[in-house]
This record gives sequence, C-alpha cells and structure tokens, in this order.
Amino acid sequence: MLGRLSIDALPLYSWVAMTGAFVTIAGALSVLGLVTWMGKWRYLWTEWLTSVDHKRIGIMYVVLALVMLMRGFIDALMMRSQQAIALNSEGYLPPDHFDQIFSSHGTIMVIFMAMPFLTGLINIVVPQQIGARDVAFPFLNSLSFWLTAGGAGLVLVSLVIGKFSTAGWTGYPPYSGIDYNPYVGVDYWVWSLVLSGVASTLTGINFIVTILKMRAPGMTLMRMPLMTWTALCASLLMAFAFPALTVAGGMLELDRLFGMHFFTNDAGGNIMMFANLLWIWGHPEVYILILPAFGVFSHVVTTFSGKRLFGYASLVYATIAIMILSFSVWLHHFFTMGSSANVNAFFGIATMIIAVPTGVKVFDWIFTMYRGRIRFHTSMLFTLGFLVTFVIGGVSGVLLAVPPVDFLMHNTTFLVAHFHNMLIPGALFGYFAGFQFWFPKAFGFRLDERWGNRSFWCWIIGFYLAFMPLYYLGFMGMPRRMEHYSVADWQPHLIVAAAGAALILVGIILMIVQLVVSVRRRDELRDLAGDPWNGRTLEWLTSSPPAPYNFAVIPEVRGLDAFHELKERGVAYVRPDHYEDIRMPKNTACGLLIGGCAFVFGFAMVWHLWWLAVISVLAGLVVVVFRGSQDETEYTMSAQEVEAIENARYEQLAKAPRPEFDEEEEVIPGAPLRGGVM
Amino acid sequence: MSNPTHGMAPGLRIYLTGFTLALILTAIPFGLVAFEILPRTPALLTIAVLAIVQVLVHLRYFLHLDLKHTPRENLFALLFAAFLIFIMVGGSLWIMFDLHHRMM
Repeated sequence: MLGRLSIDALPLYSWVAMTGAFVTIAGALSVLGLVTWMGKWRYLWTEWLTSVDHKRIGIMYVVLALVMLMRGFIDALMMRSQQAIALNSEGYLPPDHFDQIFSSHGTIMVIFMAMPFLTGLINIVVPQQIGARDVAFPFLNSLSFWLTAGGAGLVLVSLVIGKFSTAGWTGYPPYSGIDYNPYVGVDYWVWSLVLSGVASTLTGINFIVTILKMRAPGMTLMRMPLMTWTALCASLLMAFAFPALTVAGGMLELDRLFGMHFFTNDAGGNIMMFANLLWIWGHPEVYILILPAFGVFSHVVTTFSGKRLFGYASLVYATIAIMILSFSVWLHHFFTMGSSANVNAFFGIATMIIAVPTGVKVFDWIFTMYRGRIRFHTSMLFTLGFLVTFVIGGVSGVLLAVPPVDFLMHNTTFLVAHFHNMLIPGALFGYFAGFQFWFPKAFGFRLDERWGNRSFWCWIIGFYLAFMPLYYLGFMGMPRRMEHYSVADWQPHLIVAAAGAALILVGIILMIVQLVVSVRRRDELRDLAGDPWNGRTLEWLTSSPPAPYNFAVIPEVRGLDAFHELKERGVAYVRPDHYEDIRMPKNTACGLLIGGCAFVFGFAMVWHLWWLAVISVLAGLVVVVFRGSQDETEYTMSAQEVEAIENARYEQLAKAPRPEFDEEEEVIPGAPLRGGVM
Repeated sequence: MSNPTHGMAPGLRIYLTGFTLALILTAIPFGLVAFEILPRTPALLTIAVLAIVQVLVHLRYFLHLDLKHTPRENLFALLFAAFLIFIMVGGSLWIMFDLHHRMM
C-alpha cells in the first residue's frame, strides 16, 4: 500500500539534512499561515492561482524562480563552505549528502530557477511588445506554469521525504541506473525533469504561435523588438530540444522501473546514448537560457543610452545563427567518451564558430553605447557587468572547444568556472536586469536604485571572487564535486571562493532589502505614465500595471521602436473617440488541477505507490475532459468597462510629471553631458 | 450523409487512400521481421525507408500538405523541423556508429 514509503524516508541521517527539511516545512507553513492570517485566500485563488492573464502568470513564474534561487543558492553556499574546510577532514557534510547537494543545485538552477525566470519575463513582456492582448493559448500558459510548479514541488519535497539524486544534474547512467542507485533520488530527479520538460515544450509552442500570429498590424518580422526575436528563437529551441530531455528521462525511468535496457551496460544498452540525448537537449538549453537575456540587454542598452540599437538586423541574424548552430555542437559536452578525431574535430569547430555571432552581439551593444547619453540605472550596471565578464567566459569556452585541451580540463573546476562564467553574467544578470527594468511595468512602481546598485556590486565582486579561483584550481588539476581532498595548495583558493559566495549572499540580502525599501517608498516611486525610462517599444505604451487587456485599441506599428515613433509623432497618448467590446479569456482552475495531479503522479511514481499513480492520472484526465467540453471559455468586457478603466488611466497620465528626457538632442563629441545623467 | 449513394464526403476518399497506404506500409515491416525475409542490415534499411515514406503519407493524406496549396511559411516550418531532425538523428547515428566502430 505504501510502496517504498516508510519512516526511513525522513532525513534522520544527518543534522544538516534535518535542518534543511525543517526550513522547508517552516517556510511552507509560514507562507500558508501568512495568507490565512491576512485572509487573502479568496483573493489569491481568484486573482492569481486560477488566472490565465499572461502578466499574472509571468509574475508567478518569477516568484517561483526567486524562491528556487534561494534554495539553489543555499546549496551553493553549503558546497563552498564544505570545500573551504574539508582539507584532510570530512567537513560537516557526509559524502552522500554532499552529492545530493551538487545534484540539486544544478537541477534547480537550470530547470527551476533560470527556466521559470526567463519564461516569466517573456510572459510579462512579449505580448505587450507585439501589441497583443494575451498569448495565443492562455489556458495552456497556465497549465505550463502549474506543471513547472509541480516539478519544482517534487524537488522541494525530496528535502523532507526521501533523498534527492546523487548522480549530478546530468544523471549519467550507469550510475543513475537501478543497479547503482536503487533508492528514490534519481526518480525524484527524473520526474521533476519530465514535468518541467513537458511544460517547457508547451510554453515554446505557445510563444511561437503568439509571436508569429498575434503581432499588431504593421509589425513585420524585421520590426519586432529584440526581446521578441530572442523569445521567438528561444521558444523554437524549447519546442525542438525539450522533447529530447523528456524522452531521455522517460527511457531512463523505463530502465529503472521495468528493467528495460536502453542505457545499461549489458543486454544491448548503451550508456553513451543517454549522454547523447541529454546534450541534444542540453546544449540548446544553454541558449534557451541566454538568448532571452540577450534580448533584455538589448533593450536596457538602447533605452539607457538614449539611442536606437546599433545594427538591429545583425543582432537578429546573429540570434538566428546562434539558434541553428546551437543544435550542432552537443558532442563537445562529451569529447572524452572516445569518438574518433573526425567527430571531435567537427563538433569542436562548430563550437568555435558559435563565438562569432555572439561576438557580433557584443560589438553591437558596445556601439549602441558609443556616444550615447548613458544613464547608470541598476539594470544598466548589470548589463555592463555582463559585457565584461561574459567575454572572459566566452574565451574560456573557445579554449575548451579544442578537444585536446578538453581532455586535460574536463571534469575539473575549470569547467565549473567556465559555465558559471557564462550562466551567471550571461543569463542571471540578464534576468536581474530585466527584473529591475520591467518591475515598474509589472507592479506600477520603480525599484529603489541605491540598494539595487549596492546589490549589483556585491554580485559582481562576489562572482569574481567565487569563480576566478576555480579557473586556477582547474589548472592545478582539482576535480569538480570533491567532498574532501588532501592537497593543501588548493585550500587557500577554495577559501577565497567561499568568501565570494558569502559576498553574493550579501548581494541577495541587499536585493531583498531593495524590494522591502521599494515597497515602503512605493508612493514616491510610482510610475504614473507607464513609461519610467523613456522606453522605445510598445510595452511602455500600456499603463503600469497594464489593464487586463493591455491595449484598449491595438496600436498600429510604422517602424522599429514603435513606441518611440508614436511619441515622436506626438500621438502616443491620443484618446480614441470610442472603445469596443473586448473578448477576454476566463480564469480557470483546470491548469492548477492538472498540475496538481501531475505532482501527485510524480510523487506516486517515485515511491511506487501504483494505486495513487492510477488515481492521479484518471483525475487529470477527468479535468482534461471537463476543460475540453467547456464551451464558454471567454467573456466579453463591455466598451463601458473599458472606457472607465481608460478614463482612470488618462487622469493618471495628466498627473504624471513630464519626464525631463523627452527631447532628443544631438550629442556633440567632447561637449559636457547635461541632464539625464545620474 | 443523407444520400447513401453520394455519401462519400470529398475528403473521405483521401483519408481512405491514406489509411490503406499507411496499413500497407506498416504491414511490410512487420512481415519482414516476422518471416525473416531479408538479412539484418537490408531489413533495417528497408524499415527505415518505409518509416520515412509513412511520414510523408501522413503529411500528404492526413495533414493535407502539398506543394501547391499549403502556405509557404508552413512548408518552411516543416523544412526547418526536417532539418533539425536530420541534424539530431543523423548526428546521433554518426556519433554512435563511430563509437561502436572504435569499441569493437
């Protein structure tokens, strides 16, 4: 009846694990208690949990990402502190627990922090940028979110009940097979990946259709803002790459449950086929993470330089080139498996070629800033930090693309330093920049810049302290994932790295301070016009936060930087003579229910609770049929309601202070800068 | 529907043709394996070719794609998908056979 579930599933094996479980439970209970105490359950249910509004779903994605960032970062802090003290001693983490931590750190940061963060940003921004009222399939959007949340829930539950995988975030067989890993860890890993993999595939399809079919009249492909372009390319990658992960995970689970032999050493299985499939997903995944961040940087750079983007077309083509090339380099993740020189050379060269379009982008951003009137907003600082740091990571990547070098470096901390050097400045700084940049759009007030800037400096200095020593340690031959070691020369570097992690912790705390301060000062920081930074693209045309329908009248696009062009012609805020009824999707709990069923199904499969698995699948099917037979999934917002909302908006606009940066000035080289500069 | 003699909807004929072709294309591989008509390698190759033909039959008869009436961008999307599948499947085959060769 209880399958593998017994009292031994509780984390009684180490006090650290018990603390983790306790913190998880306490966190969950305090959130539930807070909502109950504030009496907000009904509000939360009707306005958020069942919402199909892309902006609300986007915000929920970002909240999920920030929660998982905390969890993943605590893992990082534990690894750094363990390695700082574990010279010839066992430190405070037993090996089995240390292995769980590096596995969950990677899984969480890639799948449950970065993916929800970028999906959230795309959700909030892209429909507004293309002048649409919602995404193409609002219900599917809600379903994707709840499937992702279900997967994240499985990872969190593994802290309390049972153990997480010890096989690393890539989970290579045969170690992740049933012979070497008979307990539940790998199953938690697989099922959380499968749930979020399905969710990401659906999100990809949703945004491909949204961007291709729902653009405002006049917005041709080559007039789409860069964020929309990168979102389109990332969505294509999601739709085509994620099935490989879902299938590989599913096949591994078939091996584990039913003794099939896809990835075993015997009976015709091939362990390297798993690595192959995983990286067919894994490499495009890197670009799924980084392309939307490139989109963010493009917007931040152009807005805070007060100039149009340098080389728009080259940025678009570079994005497309990266998207296609990213499907042709996956073998560089397993150069050392023993393929012939021809195979390794092909994938090594393809990998180096990818640096070319990326370099084009870097130069485009630099030239956009050149002779611009730069305002050093927090998001701009993150962008500048990215530009400098990311190039270092790119260079170490080109180095690793040379197969003979990779033979020396693979599995060392050099590799760890390299991919953190790409993903922290490249992806995470981009998301932070987007968070700072679009926060007023989502919530109606700006974030406090002083605390944001302090947080940035902690992040960037902390990053260099934490990861530059790892490059060095890699040259000294330190393997990754060491629970303890006996080389005294390594320890000073590991202590510096731990100090870097501690500084990043300060950066995270300052971000929380920034949020609290900004919420308290929200009346001062209010964004009345909906355009706090003198933006150039259509998302700044809507109010902050936008009305449910975004645009009462769909704008007509006449060029790139559509909103900038409307402002130049002086027609951005012209009141339309009449409003029309708007069809809006109704909220529904079906996405939440299906996501819940998927979570229960995953949990049941992990613990071999077959009866519960059957029940949850049937319950999910019932919800699908119920949803499929609903005829009225939309409602009409009457023209009067729209008019009332819009009138309130125009009253607010009249109160908005005229921004001091509204006239475009010719900047004379060498002349002192006026206005606009902080 | 109301008139049994002319009851065939215009699409039905297409669907039936497609269905028959799909059945034949499925029966041949099963036959090849069940009765061991061909040696191993030619049998695998034949099955692969038939699988590709099967995909084309589905696209033509069930999804109604053709080179004349289907919008250009849909064909382009399909071509893109085919290209990516070629990279993934072709690349995997190349990598795995290369590895196999070196392990023998």
